[in-house]
Amino acid sequence: MGRLRYIDGVVTLELDRDACNGCRMCMAVCPHGVFEMADGSARIVDRDACIECGACVSNCAAGALSVDPGVGCAAAVIQGWLTGTGPTCGC
Amino acid sequence: MSECCGPSCCGTIAEEYSYGEAPYLSGSMRTPIGEVPMVATELTPADRLGVLRVRLGINRGHYRIRPGLYAVGTPDDTTPVLVTANYKLSFDAVRRELNGRNAWMLVLDTRGVNVWCAAGKGTFGTAEVVRQVRVTGLANIVSHYTLVLPQLGAPGVAAHDVRAATGFRVVYGPVRAADLPAFLDDRMRATPEMRRVRFRLADRFAVTGTELSVLRDPKVLAGAAALLLAAALGLLSWAPVLLALGAGIAAVLAGALVVPLALPWIPGRAFALKGAFAGAAVALALVTIVNGTLDVAGGVALVLGVTTISSFAAMNYTGTSTFTSLSGVLWEMRRAVPLQVIGAVVTLVALLISIVW
Repeated sequence: MGRLRYIDGVVTLELDRDACNGCRMCMAVCPHGVFEMADGSARIVDRDACIECGACVSNCAAGALSVDPGVGCAAAVIQGWLTGTGPTCGC
Repeated sequence: MSECCGPSCCGTIAEEYSYGEAPYLSGSMRTPIGEVPMVATELTPADRLGVLRVRLGINRGHYRIRPGLYAVGTPDDTTPVLVTANYKLSFDAVRRELNGRNAWMLVLDTRGVNVWCAAGKGTFGTAEVVRQVRVTGLANIVSHYTLVLPQLGAPGVAAHDVRAATGFRVVYGPVRAADLPAFLDDRMRATPEMRRVRFRLADRFAVTGTELSVLRDPKVLAGAAALLLAAALGLLSWAPVLLALGAGIAAVLAGALVVPLALPWIPGRAFALKGAFAGAAVALALVTIVNGTLDVAGGVALVLGVTTISSFAAMNYTGTSTFTSLSGVLWEMRRAVPLQVIGAVVTLVALLISIVW
């Protein structure tokens, strides 16, 4: 992403390296290069680049990953505040 | 996330909808599961006009492809199956890259929403993949038991669950359809570059139209018309009315056009802060232009109002950008929204003072 970086130190992504089976699926689906392989299991190398889309979590058959998935969208958050639900695009 | 959540978001979804004309069809071919429609790989002028319409936010909700299986070229049982959304732009982006190739296209019912946004909602998801594989009888058509899904569909899909339910293995293709030929030619391998979402100047510009559509919002237009009417009737004088409308337009342009285009070069990480910087710069330029004709309260209203509107507009661009997380958006909103509310209140008070005095 080069110079385009968002807020540091806030994302909810967690990886349990002991549970990882080394299938590399997280590396395939992550659109921001958050993961690398090291010693046969995945490793988080750029946590702050994570956008919490949840792709790695839903495709991790070993259940080694967790995140509070969501869309980084202020309009959706406002919509959620107004309707009393979670963030939603209204779609 | 991309192109989803602008002010003109995906709109309301009718339970029943017509798919309208299908000029992209070029015939049909006989297969073990019956006639399968064939798709042209050349985009027509009508297709290109449709792209422009969608970008400008006109009738975005009525741009759907009928879900199901389509043939490109003369596919057989060894031909790759490419899965996509029934958003016309997603469908077009894929088929135009398949020129001169054979392929099957499996179109999911994402309610006319693009792949990434639909994946976030789960409409581009495991259940719909499984359903389309079953209703089309795909296992009777191909022998390789492999589906190529767009990488950006991954948030909604569990590849291992698709396999468990259908026997089909999921291979995630590149982020961009433009990389499909290289991906297919390299035995379905994506380079790290193909796996990365970008947000270059052209990408950022392409999606500004939906953000700017607030300027076409009926409520906004009605408010502007009311102000102009008040001036025409002599209730308000022309100069402040025209200044207020000009400042409002300038503020939206600052937050929803200048910030997206100059995103990497405006200081700050938070979009609301970037918007405030852009708005303040525009406001100071306006103050310089109208120098001497404003009282103090009018000047405060102008600077604070433009800065606040621009900050809010830029903050809403988080949903259109491709590198923001929900945690980050909540982080900046907890800080920015109270300040924006204060800015709006002070702006209104200053406006009143300026008018009454």
